[in-house]
Amino acid sequence: MSLSLRARALIVSITLFFVFVAAWQLSLSTGPGLPEGVDPEYAALMGATAKGASAMPGPLTVGEQIWEHIADPFYDAGPNDKGIGIQLGFSILRVAVGFAFAVLIALPLGFLIGMSPLFYRALDPFIQIMKPVSPLAWMPLALYTIKDSTISSVFVIFICSIWPMLTNTAFGVASVRREWLNVAKTLEVGQLRTAFRVILPAAAPTILTGMRISVGIAWLVIVAAEMLVGGTGIGYFVWNEWNNLSITNVIAAIFFIGLIGMVLDLLLAWLLKLVTYEE
Amino acid sequence: MTPNPTAETARILVEGLAQRFPSPGEGGVLTVFSDIWFTVAPGEFVCLIGHSGCGKTTLLNILAGLERADEGTVIVSGQEVTGTSLDRAVVFQSHALMPWMTVMDNIAFAVTSKWPKWSKADRQKHCQKFIDLVHLTGSENKKPSQLSGGMKQRVGIARAMAIEPQIMLLDEPFSALDALTRGSLQDELLAICAHTEQTVFMITHDIDEAILLADKIVLMTNGPEARVCEIVRNPLPRDRTRHDMHKHDDYYPIRNHLIEFLVNRSVSFKEELSSPDYDPRHPPVVEPRAGAAPAVRVTA
Ligand SMILES: Nc1ncnc2c1ncn2[C@@H]1O[C@H](COP(=O)(O)OP(=O)(O)OP(=O)(O)O)[C@@H](O)[C@H]1O
Ligand SMILES: [Mg+2]
Repeated sequence: MSLSLRARALIVSITLFFVFVAAWQLSLSTGPGLPEGVDPEYAALMGATAKGASAMPGPLTVGEQIWEHIADPFYDAGPNDKGIGIQLGFSILRVAVGFAFAVLIALPLGFLIGMSPLFYRALDPFIQIMKPVSPLAWMPLALYTIKDSTISSVFVIFICSIWPMLTNTAFGVASVRREWLNVAKTLEVGQLRTAFRVILPAAAPTILTGMRISVGIAWLVIVAAEMLVGGTGIGYFVWNEWNNLSITNVIAAIFFIGLIGMVLDLLLAWLLKLVTYEE
Repeated sequence: MTPNPTAETARILVEGLAQRFPSPGEGGVLTVFSDIWFTVAPGEFVCLIGHSGCGKTTLLNILAGLERADEGTVIVSGQEVTGTSLDRAVVFQSHALMPWMTVMDNIAFAVTSKWPKWSKADRQKHCQKFIDLVHLTGSENKKPSQLSGGMKQRVGIARAMAIEPQIMLLDEPFSALDALTRGSLQDELLAICAHTEQTVFMITHDIDEAILLADKIVLMTNGPEARVCEIVRNPLPRDRTRHDMHKHDDYYPIRNHLIEFLVNRSVSFKEELSSPDYDPRHPPVVEPRAGAAPAVRVTA
């Protein structure tokens, strides 16, 4: 037992991965041509499946497909055939723009709410009602009023990112230790300087935790939003490949969505670590 | 013995302070203290002793200008206190350092507030002087979490001293420390104050600390409705040290007097209150000395 915990965890991870891939491969080669209880007419509609060859690709096929995408991510062959890099880029751009607007609104508003007990109470009912609404419920309203599908999806990202940031900023600002504020007060520090030198750094870990939650939700929501509005983006790609019955590409897309989501989370975790202080 | 300072000469005049808080019980009001009167002369070191919860921190916050009293006024150098001021520096009960700033930045934050136009080099030099003064040379770039409790308190003291205030207000600065660290910090504070002729108002629980540091000790009775029971002048010479003060003839008289107060009189003071001799505007001033029992009563 001389291996570190980290090394042992890595070995288990790799083992699990191969067990999973093997099980996947095995289930395909031994699976029945036509599962019992399936309506033959439905089976006929499903094409290849009905002929006994499964439409479910094996791990090798998917692996090859992923590699193809990585090898040429940015080709553009018309509206329905763009490289996965371009599609992911569209999605990331929408998330970035919607998220940036949410930051611009949520930070100052959160500061105001956090610093004023009156606003904290007055705005609380609105926030409590808005927060649990699925952001996709806003989509028809956005499409109706904005009349532009791209801006509508950005708006949906905006509306879903704003709540965790707003509530976390307000909470972080409201719970800044009284003694730090008293220090600033006895030193006759101005309001603006107190906000930037005391309140902001004190609340920064809470605020960034809110941002991290927001980015996570935004990345979940963008896929669904793009499925709805179509055109470009990884969500549209998934829906398009489903219509093409290319399960291989759908699985490849799932892999890439997960990968980007992980990178976004790591990025925010890194920022969070930068502003975290030890007491 | 210096006579009690008059309105003109006093650095701090506390006149009829009372503070009340809403309380959930019947009546709905908790009077923490009322009718508090005392003075602090320029360059004087005054300690406030009282049991936990009698309102010492509340009183200090009022002196600092962080809170407003419900009744009465505080006059500092001839001006009524209406808010905080850079002339009065506070060392808080829990050091209150900003954990995201280094030792240097914590002190520089205060220095910039006092002298916003200074160049970075000037500020750095000034901060360094006070870091050296509290013997923290070498720890400039450490964060508070990397410091021991005693070191944190010293940063708090350096931060307060660095703005060169007229008055230092200290709220039990050493009570969370072990006896050894406390002793060396007391020595440092005494040396610094002797050097700068600082006016100091300090809260403490510790009788020996008060005898070592204070020229004058204000005794507060238990709350609610706490009062100033008595003002005790320290009979020991000002060059006393922690090591030799207990050898002095007057050490045990004052020590016993203070213990007697904390154990019995702080509770039973309500009876003394009703005596016609007690005037809250001029609480009795005593100077316990060897051979003179009971303590000498000095009229203010
Ligand atoms: N903001 C407040 N609201 C209500 N009650 C308060 C408030 N601040 C203080 N009190 C009450 O006033 C009393 C005195 O509090 P204070 O902190 O001044 O005591 P203290 O003498 O400093 O005690 P310690 O020695 O434990 O620090 C306590 O009973 C406390 O409950
Ligand atoms: Mg206190």
